[in-house]
Amino acid sequence: MTAFVFYLFAALSVASGAMVVTARNPVHSVLFLILTFFNVAGLFVLLGAEFVAMIMVIVYVGAVAVLFLFVVMMLDIHAVTLREGFLKILPLGSAVALVLLSELTLVFAGWVLAPDIDAVRAAPAPDLAELSNTEAIGAVLYTDYIYLFQLAGVVLLVGMIGSIMLTLRARSGVKRQDPLAQAARPLEDCIEVKKVAIGKGV
Amino acid sequence: MADLWTNFLWPLILILIKIMAFVLPLLMAVAYLTYAERKVIAAMHLRKGPNVVGPFGLLQPMADGLKLFIKETVVPTGANPLVFLLAPVVTFVLALVGWAVIPVADGWVIADINVGILYLFAVSSLGIYGIIMAGWASNSKYSFLGALRSAAQMVSYEVSIGFVIISVLMSAGSLNLSNIVRAQSGLWYFIPHFPMFVLFLISALAETNRTPFDLPEAESELVGGYNTEYSAMTFAMFFLGEYANMILMSSLCTILFLGGWLPPVAVAPFTWVPGIVWFALKVAAVLFFYLWARATLPRYRYDQLMRLGWKIFLPLSLGWVVVTAVALHLFGWLPK
Repeated sequence: MTAFVFYLFAALSVASGAMVVTARNPVHSVLFLILTFFNVAGLFVLLGAEFVAMIMVIVYVGAVAVLFLFVVMMLDIHAVTLREGFLKILPLGSAVALVLLSELTLVFAGWVLAPDIDAVRAAPAPDLAELSNTEAIGAVLYTDYIYLFQLAGVVLLVGMIGSIMLTLRARSGVKRQDPLAQAARPLEDCIEVKKVAIGKGV
Repeated sequence: MADLWTNFLWPLILILIKIMAFVLPLLMAVAYLTYAERKVIAAMHLRKGPNVVGPFGLLQPMADGLKLFIKETVVPTGANPLVFLLAPVVTFVLALVGWAVIPVADGWVIADINVGILYLFAVSSLGIYGIIMAGWASNSKYSFLGALRSAAQMVSYEVSIGFVIISVLMSAGSLNLSNIVRAQSGLWYFIPHFPMFVLFLISALAETNRTPFDLPEAESELVGGYNTEYSAMTFAMFFLGEYANMILMSSLCTILFLGGWLPPVAVAPFTWVPGIVWFALKVAAVLFFYLWARATLPRYRYDQLMRLGWKIFLPLSLGWVVVTAVALHLFGWLPK
């Protein structure tokens, strides 16, 4: 049963991954990308890594893909114009893909080539019968890998500050609302109470 | 064959029965929430509200449902038909799947998973897709503007909801919703986390696109926003999805802050009442707040909405996470 579900998710994620690159409409591409993320999250659940699966859905589907979709919809890209230089960039693209593929192979199959790496891979896995995998990840992440974890945070912070700096511009002559100043105005400055006699104006 | 029955078919049937037991009352609740909304707002406006169909207008939701059901579904010529029809389905389905992890009473839950709260957070963050797909596929300016607003708004308020959830999680020491409720048996979290309770209620309004944050469908400027082009059942599914989401967020609020199915005081007359009744009462109270807000407040302007989300809620909730962590550590209240 597990095998069947695994092959279902795996086949769907590969198929929708292929659709991401081949779909004619860029918005459909992004929607297929979301489907891919979902299937990968399903694979994580099958592995018993439900924390990673949920984070995958929250971060990639809930935030990253939304921004993708946002940009693709706003830019109004046409697939036909995108395909124009396809043959020209094909060699470079395949070279990059090849490098990535060989790196991934080295990372995931390293312990086959060099058996002593296997110890590194097996080391930090606590007993899942005792801990839930959220606790297991936390226990490792905030102790053994705390510096790397903090470093990753700093890298993200730098990226965030960088993008804010790129879009920040001070314009003169813009009238801005200052809600605090508005709320702090004394009552006497804002309203005036008048007794109006019947049949007369103010 | 017997193996297949005990290991696969019987559990499947059991799950289907459980799902029906959740979904049918939920859909009834959604139907009568629309009725309650009209009645409550009418009372606040000194009107009568629906009172013609059935006694006290109680059959009004049925009449509305029937009307939407027999109308014609119109797909605009310029629309992308597949995505156009997929969008309401996505909205409606996402509003229902969140209920899989909600414990309505002790042990009354379809899937008591370890990462329940993350699952709910993921489902609520996916809610954007229905709206943004609808806005794009309709091929209409109003729909598109509504969808863009909605996407920006929901992403913004999700951040503060995330931090609010983190504060509660640290106090409870679990991601499992049932355990979060059990951790409140001494003290409901809306007392120690009161600022976050208020912040969560307001963010939940924004997350479900309700007044005063209903900019995605602001009828005075965008006709109907993302659902301008929708008619009949496709519109009904958006409508049902929105109300089911309201109930979902109210349940989440009940579970995180109001002690879920727990009675207010664990003494005799209160403990006789079954947990589901307490749960339903608390959810109804939070829903009343939603309706109350709709009858009372004018709509926010877009820049005010963004300011509130990013400049006030985000620093406040982030600060509260730090305060909670320090307090838990200093006083040794960390859950084991």
